[in-house]
Amino acid sequence: MAKRIDVSGLTAYYGSHKAIEDISMTIEPRTVTAFIGPSGCGKSTFLRTLNRMHEVTPGGRVEGKVLLDDEDLYGAGVDPVSVRREIGMVFQRPNPFPTMSIFDNVAAGLRLNGMHKKSELQDVVEKSLRGANLWNEVKDRLNKPGAGLSGGQQQRLCIARAIAVEPKVLLMDEPCSALDPISTLAIEDLIGELKERFTIVIVTHNMQQAARVSDRTAFFNLAGVGQPGRLVEIDDTERIFSNPSVQATEDYISGRFG
Amino acid sequence: MSTAAVVTGKHAGSLRGARLPKWAPLAIAAVSIALGLGISAAAGLHSKIQWALIAALLHVVGTYGIAARVEGRRQAKDRVATSLVWVAFLLAVVPLASLVWSTVRRGVKVLDLYFLTHSMGVVADSEPGGGIYHAIIGSLEQIGLATLIGAPIGVLTAIYLVEYGRGRLAKSVTFFVDVMTGIPSIVAGLFILSIMLMLDLQPFGFAGSLALAILMMPVVVRSTEEMLKLVPNELREASLALGVPKWRTILKVVLPTSIGGITTGIMLAVARIAGETAPVLLLVFGNPFINNNPFEGAQASLPLYIYQQYSQSAGSPHAFNRAWAASLTLIAFVMILNLAARGIARWKAPKTGR
Ligand SMILES: Nc1ncnc2c1ncn2[C@@H]1O[C@H](COP(=O)(O)OP(=O)(O)O)[C@@H](O)[C@H]1O
Ligand SMILES: [Mg+2]
Repeated sequence: MAKRIDVSGLTAYYGSHKAIEDISMTIEPRTVTAFIGPSGCGKSTFLRTLNRMHEVTPGGRVEGKVLLDDEDLYGAGVDPVSVRREIGMVFQRPNPFPTMSIFDNVAAGLRLNGMHKKSELQDVVEKSLRGANLWNEVKDRLNKPGAGLSGGQQQRLCIARAIAVEPKVLLMDEPCSALDPISTLAIEDLIGELKERFTIVIVTHNMQQAARVSDRTAFFNLAGVGQPGRLVEIDDTERIFSNPSVQATEDYISGRFG
Repeated sequence: MSTAAVVTGKHAGSLRGARLPKWAPLAIAAVSIALGLGISAAAGLHSKIQWALIAALLHVVGTYGIAARVEGRRQAKDRVATSLVWVAFLLAVVPLASLVWSTVRRGVKVLDLYFLTHSMGVVADSEPGGGIYHAIIGSLEQIGLATLIGAPIGVLTAIYLVEYGRGRLAKSVTFFVDVMTGIPSIVAGLFILSIMLMLDLQPFGFAGSLALAILMMPVVVRSTEEMLKLVPNELREASLALGVPKWRTILKVVLPTSIGGITTGIMLAVARIAGETAPVLLLVFGNPFINNNPFEGAQASLPLYIYQQYSQSAGSPHAFNRAWAASLTLIAFVMILNLAARGIARWKAPKTGR
């Protein structure tokens, strides 16, 4: 089930470029945490350090600790592949596998990890598609290509694909920024349901979205041009949006920035 | 030409200028060709190339002149560019079409089932009869074995370069692939020949396959590399983020996405080596009899057969006919490979339909 994430002193580099510096925070299980902040302040970078996707980028390096219920993800001997099975990810642009049908897309993670029994797969695929509020729209065309769906449906397909492998945590990097308002609403509703089962972290540029879906909000900012991004503060969403303890947060949220 | 348009000219203040009618370019082309023929006849020029060049020149100049008067300078330039593109297209297509045409015309004379199913075993090169069965067998076996060696190594090298390669090793592999692309086929043949001489071996089909594989590999590496680079990184990341190991991601996501293009590349590489003569001449030697075993004894192959029918028959017309028929067979084989490659590329292309 959902797990807690405990980050301490995390710094990430791209080659010699330090993108984020000394970030510490705790993310409670079964909550939605929103990351907000200006472009380039390292939200995506930080998110990707949480499931060891950062090191997939050439030159990507991480210092510091990320504990998942007391186990350090960056400890010696930890396999990044197992980490990613525990901590799933949804990307900014919907990216279903173009050679696979809708069914195969959802089953991909399971199949690629060795589950092959048709009946089991069918159960999980249906459950995941229902979980992603997509089942009713696609149940008659599971064998059609996933790339033929609309953008919003594709993104929910990607969410179904991510939750099919039963991760403990779900990371979402601006999952609605390529979608229209109706699809965005569908995904926001979905996030509300998913937090019963998963710990959710979502990066968003949309303040209202952060206010609507999240329990906790973290504000990131750049100390200056060319400086690494830093965590300014993290607090209950209500407090961040009504009475933040740092002036920069208030300026950013109210649009008085820079 | 269209008198109405010429007279009206441009309406001031209107967005619609005068336009030449749709048939104008064709009419100008027809008039140019007629004039080209007429001038050539009058001046007593007999070469087809001369009247075609005169016609092409007239066409370009005529198009500009007429369009400039009717439509204005900008449109005239546009039309000249269009007609230049057409002329260039024809210049490229004419030799190709005439090559195919003369091969077909001369090739069909002796090309029949008998020709495809018999060898030259009991027929002297200057006599009629005989066929290319032994050469087809030789070609298929040599090319098949070369592909079995060259394609997997080429694809794996490309996977290494795109998915894993960093630093010095990848750079030097890329460098050697570049160098290999430029190796003349006769040099690849000599390389294998030197090994054969060291081991004191007689010519045999597989030796030819080895040289062909050397020629094929860099082509496969290059085309596969390009195809793998076309696979969006987001797909790799999506798969890795599901907790799928990298090798499985490559096998189940990257390769299926690009398999159409990779197969096309391999097919084109096969088509390229199918016409190689020099290394086959050195290493496989040629053989008028059927030899089904590529690992022992000299074999024939289609390009080699064509060459030998021409060079060793003292100008016998029967041998010439056989050479053309074999050329036609070879062109047909390459064409079929190309079509198959296109078919596979279309069939395997990532699906987007609803
Ligand atoms: N692949 C990369 N290679 C090098 N630098 C990168 C890469 N991705 C991001 N960066 C740098 O890291 C910093 C943070 O980027 P990012 O995490 O994408 O910010 P955000 O998601 O908040 O907009 C930026 O300065 C950016 O230039
Ligand atoms: Mg980002």
